[in-house]
Amino acid sequence: MLIRHPSDIAPSEITPREVYRHRRAFLRSAGLLAAAAGAGGLLTSTAPARGATRLAGLRQSPFSTDEAQTPYKDVTTYNNYYEFGTDKDEPADNAHTLKTRPWTIAIEGEVRKAYSIGVEELLKLAPLEERIYRMRCVEGWSMVIPWVGYSLSELIKRAEPTGNARFVEFVTLADPRQMPGLAYPVLKWPYVEGLRLDEAMHPLTLLCVGLYGELLPNQNGAPVRVVIPWKYGFKSGKSIVKIRFTATQPRTAWNIAQPREYGFYSNVNPQVDHPRWSQARERRIGEFRKRPTLMFNGYAEQVASLYAGMDLKKNF
Amino acid sequence: MACLLPLVRLAWLGAQGGLGANPIEYITRSTGWWTLSFLMITLSITPLRRLTNLNWLLRLRRMFGLFAFFYAALHFGIYLWLDQFFDWTEIVKDIAKRPFITVGFAAFVLLLPLAATSTNAMVRRLGARRWQLLHRLIYVIAILGVVHFWWLVKKDITEPVLFACVLAVLLGARLAWRMRKARTGGDTLPSAVPR
Repeated sequence: MLIRHPSDIAPSEITPREVYRHRRAFLRSAGLLAAAAGAGGLLTSTAPARGATRLAGLRQSPFSTDEAQTPYKDVTTYNNYYEFGTDKDEPADNAHTLKTRPWTIAIEGEVRKAYSIGVEELLKLAPLEERIYRMRCVEGWSMVIPWVGYSLSELIKRAEPTGNARFVEFVTLADPRQMPGLAYPVLKWPYVEGLRLDEAMHPLTLLCVGLYGELLPNQNGAPVRVVIPWKYGFKSGKSIVKIRFTATQPRTAWNIAQPREYGFYSNVNPQVDHPRWSQARERRIGEFRKRPTLMFNGYAEQVASLYAGMDLKKNF
Repeated sequence: MACLLPLVRLAWLGAQGGLGANPIEYITRSTGWWTLSFLMITLSITPLRRLTNLNWLLRLRRMFGLFAFFYAALHFGIYLWLDQFFDWTEIVKDIAKRPFITVGFAAFVLLLPLAATSTNAMVRRLGARRWQLLHRLIYVIAILGVVHFWWLVKKDITEPVLFACVLAVLLGARLAWRMRKARTGGDTLPSAVPR
């Protein structure tokens, strides 16, 4: 079995040479003081401070991309996690108050076998895999992140959904004592996300417990989250406490907040713009020029069939 | 000189690698924030002078206004260069299609004649009255600037609301003074009649 230790690779080694060269050329041409300084910021990414528990014996996944991975430091300091503040750097500063042990997830609703499972047990439910996925935020930036977990379907199968189960709802922790952001009604708390059952059962849909070979840092959604790589990042709910199977489409946090701007599906789609900005291109964190956004974030081959015959402009 | 500190800070952060994971977004946001702040500072000079009778404040007004333009030009330049890489078709589409960019661009275009006519020579050439009329555009520019910020924010509108409140106070004070002047002006008319 191939065991990789991605953290042994320095970010400088991960960054492809042409990106470096591009940066240098860019620096030479930079006349603006501030711009040159901004470019400097990209060159001096410091070694990340790690501390989390390492996860051993990770399997490699055929779903992984071989694109350059976004440095650990950027993955863990540039986060949207409004329960800990609406600025990107706030979750990393504030999420230390999150208590991730003990932690149980309740699996309930339209299932034959409702059950609760503790996080320690969850870690052993199925072999952990490393999956290097692209992550595209609805705001127009993207990362490549080596997640750790296994297909959510492993968890779902054990619950034996009934014939009525057509959707899955993910309910996030909402504890004002642990989460300072809950004091502000920016979104409707708790943060709820959802998928169609077939989307949730798709092998790409990841039940995620770690990144870069370690347990998830709090600001990335510890102790357990989902990752749906062909949808905008906000669909991938963090710090999940409840997974509920329903007959009707769940009402999800961003859709409640701004139904015109954030649909239930929210598949990455360069042809369907956000009402206020374009989705045709994205800035990969660490790169200067924007790159074209791919249909279903580059996972069309695997997931396009889920939406056969659907008007994706209407079901945005 | 203190007005250059925000820029120095950005340069320093850049050199230290302190601009975060998305430096281009960071400097775009920062220069935009300072543009709005300098617009508010510029607009606060007249009310402050009225309240304190410190006439020397007036001499600072032009400098603050020009710094607002300076940061606006940086903000726009960063957008053109680092955000869009001079992709003109994308830029034109952006300005036409995205309301928040449309109003931001309009505000910047309106700032241009104000910056161009900021010298004493231009005041003389235009004549004080016409110059003043032209420079009232700053009220429109400030409103467009706050709208630009408000419309680009995803959900947490705390900061745009704060800017809007400051602007409302600054413009409201002017309105209140004008109304009082009109009223007292009306009252004084009869007394102007020879007794």
